[in-house]
Amino acid sequence: MAFRNYILVCGGTACESSKASAIYDALVAECQAQGVSKDVQVVKTGCFGFCEQGPIVKILPEDSFYVRVKPEDAKELVSEHIVKGREVKRLLYDKDSSKKHAKVEDIKFYQKQFRIVLRNCGFIDPENIDEYIAREGYGALEKVLFEMTEDDVINELKIAGLRGRGGAGFPTWMKWNFSKQVESDDKFIVCNADEGDPGAYMDRSTLEGDPHSVLEAMTIAGHTIGANHGIIYIRAEYPLAIKRLEIAMKQARDYGLLGKNILGSGFDFDIEIRLGAGAFVCGEETALLASIEGHRGMPVPRPPFPAVRGLWSHPTVINNVETWANIPIIILKGGAWFERIGTPDSHGTKVFALTGKIRNSGLVEVPMGTTLREIIYDIGGGIANDKEFKAVQTGGPSGGVITKDYLDTPIDFGSLVKLGSMMGSGGMIVMDEDDCIVDVAKFYLNFTVDESCGKCAPCRVGGRSLSNILEKITKGDGTLDDLDKMAEIGNAMKKASLCALGQTAPNPILSTVKFFKDEYLAHIVEKKCPAGKCKSLITYSINVDKCIGCTACARKCPVQAISGERRAPHKIDPSLCIKCGVCLETCKFGAVEVH
Amino acid sequence: MPQYEEAQMAKMTLEELRKLRDKKKVEIKKRDVSDRDTHIIVGMGTCGIAAGGKVVLDTFLRELDSRHLDNVIVTQTGCMGLCYVEPTVEVISPGMPPVIYGKVDASVVKRIVDEHIVGKQMVSDHVFDRPSADIIKDGGK
Repeated sequence: MAFRNYILVCGGTACESSKASAIYDALVAECQAQGVSKDVQVVKTGCFGFCEQGPIVKILPEDSFYVRVKPEDAKELVSEHIVKGREVKRLLYDKDSSKKHAKVEDIKFYQKQFRIVLRNCGFIDPENIDEYIAREGYGALEKVLFEMTEDDVINELKIAGLRGRGGAGFPTWMKWNFSKQVESDDKFIVCNADEGDPGAYMDRSTLEGDPHSVLEAMTIAGHTIGANHGIIYIRAEYPLAIKRLEIAMKQARDYGLLGKNILGSGFDFDIEIRLGAGAFVCGEETALLASIEGHRGMPVPRPPFPAVRGLWSHPTVINNVETWANIPIIILKGGAWFERIGTPDSHGTKVFALTGKIRNSGLVEVPMGTTLREIIYDIGGGIANDKEFKAVQTGGPSGGVITKDYLDTPIDFGSLVKLGSMMGSGGMIVMDEDDCIVDVAKFYLNFTVDESCGKCAPCRVGGRSLSNILEKITKGDGTLDDLDKMAEIGNAMKKASLCALGQTAPNPILSTVKFFKDEYLAHIVEKKCPAGKCKSLITYSINVDKCIGCTACARKCPVQAISGERRAPHKIDPSLCIKCGVCLETCKFGAVEVH
Repeated sequence: MPQYEEAQMAKMTLEELRKLRDKKKVEIKKRDVSDRDTHIIVGMGTCGIAAGGKVVLDTFLRELDSRHLDNVIVTQTGCMGLCYVEPTVEVISPGMPPVIYGKVDASVVKRIVDEHIVGKQMVSDHVFDRPSADIIKDGGK
């Protein structure tokens, strides 16, 4: 059937939550009502990545990029764009452009991106296996089952130089090879979809937008190492990803791409889903395996590594969602193709969830070696509200901050570690001048302290001690000794903790102390918070020269700390003030000041 | 809701998977507009629609489809100002000057596809205009 137009509606979680489903339904209904349903195919796809502007609707072949669409807009989109062939200007992303069309290729957000992992996201309907198959889907599995030997597969991954995308960057081929070489009556394939970094949603979007790529990759791994069972460990708070995975697995089974005797090759493989309760530590592989086995999610010392002795003591290949999504394309296009992308240290691309004080937050995939500046300024559009860039946190609570001076660092596994941060799974949180660096460090540290499983003392006790010291500093009771003490405790945790959670928990502190020592000193010596975030260290006051006595602040103050006659300067009583900042937001004359 | 092809109760063989992929590839390729170099624009103003623009648009889609020409984008536009020769169609194709054809009907559509797009020969008896272009721009060449 020949369609005149294709309407692609983003069905990622972010757009779903702003009514993408209702938009999809309205578009289908309008196409019917206006008699064009035979000419138009409406498709609900995975995430387009440009979440800042969602919900997004793309209409082909004009390649019109509509943003912030509402269900009420469906009627106009169909009657204008589809029936009359006129773009609905007010909904286009690039309204002011003098060009005739705001094409996707003209949007800066997409120009520096290179999509391998997200190749199908935002293009195919993830709930329809045929669309995945049409995009060479399950072609890699075909090759593996009928044309390649197990060693060929591992060799191809070795040539590709693919390293694990979960954070540590361990070479994938090596992991597979370990498991392959172990003799065992049973082996397992596990997909780690326990994405837990604050602000990170790369894996969720991949599973929502292209679930079959992960299923195909796991089946390939099963055949390569000799495993017949796969398990996807995913947190229960990802309901849409779970639903799409379940649909994908059913369709793959119906087609005989999962189950017994796949494509008549004699190879059996099936996958099941295990739901996690959302503990951060379960993203650590040994804790994850313990959780699958029904135990409390706590890590165990390695070696032995799971590749040798994993789930129920059997060899287990465990990879992260993004790693899996790379595999089919490497098999199809060859390791040499993949090897050419990126840097000598790190090949391929990396997906980042760009969030924080950034103009275009969203999901971006760039070749390794792209600089932070390109991601933040070219793709991200710079800092929101024209504020000053302060730092970017990569690697979530396990990573560290990177400052302005290092914005031109090409991103790969090695260079980020050198800066005291890490690649992590791909969260990237941008901070501006209004963020207090001590407060940020406290936020991340408290996250890992909360999420520590408590098994080993360095993490359990060390994390708590660091948290207490930071609390003291933000209260204004810190001493210079505290900086040394934090370094000492942090380094001990790095060396002695059982798993990566404890080993990396001090990173946010160590890196902020390194790059922003001045700000710590301001808190400790001058008892001041330069960004005005730490409540104990700031006072609000009213500038008598600017205050006109409009009484707006006094009326808004929740604790009646502000007094004064009409048309006369007001005053804040510091003993009553709870430093909520409402007066600062309310004042139109800039008379409220923070010190 | 587009349904995936229900599995023929028995599981697929390698051959069947390949056949399904080839079939679906043709369908999904139509959605991919990245490498298309030929653009057909059908005038769909009131005059164009009244004169049969809709038939022309549908015939283009069908003809391109049956010939597997997937490098062509077909879009619609408003009135091009040649109301006396509606339906009008603008064709932009590599190696060919941009042309506006007039008095197009289903049989002319077939000729445009066969002669202009495939054969790189203009359908001379239906050429009514060329979009205004700066002829000095390239040094008068």
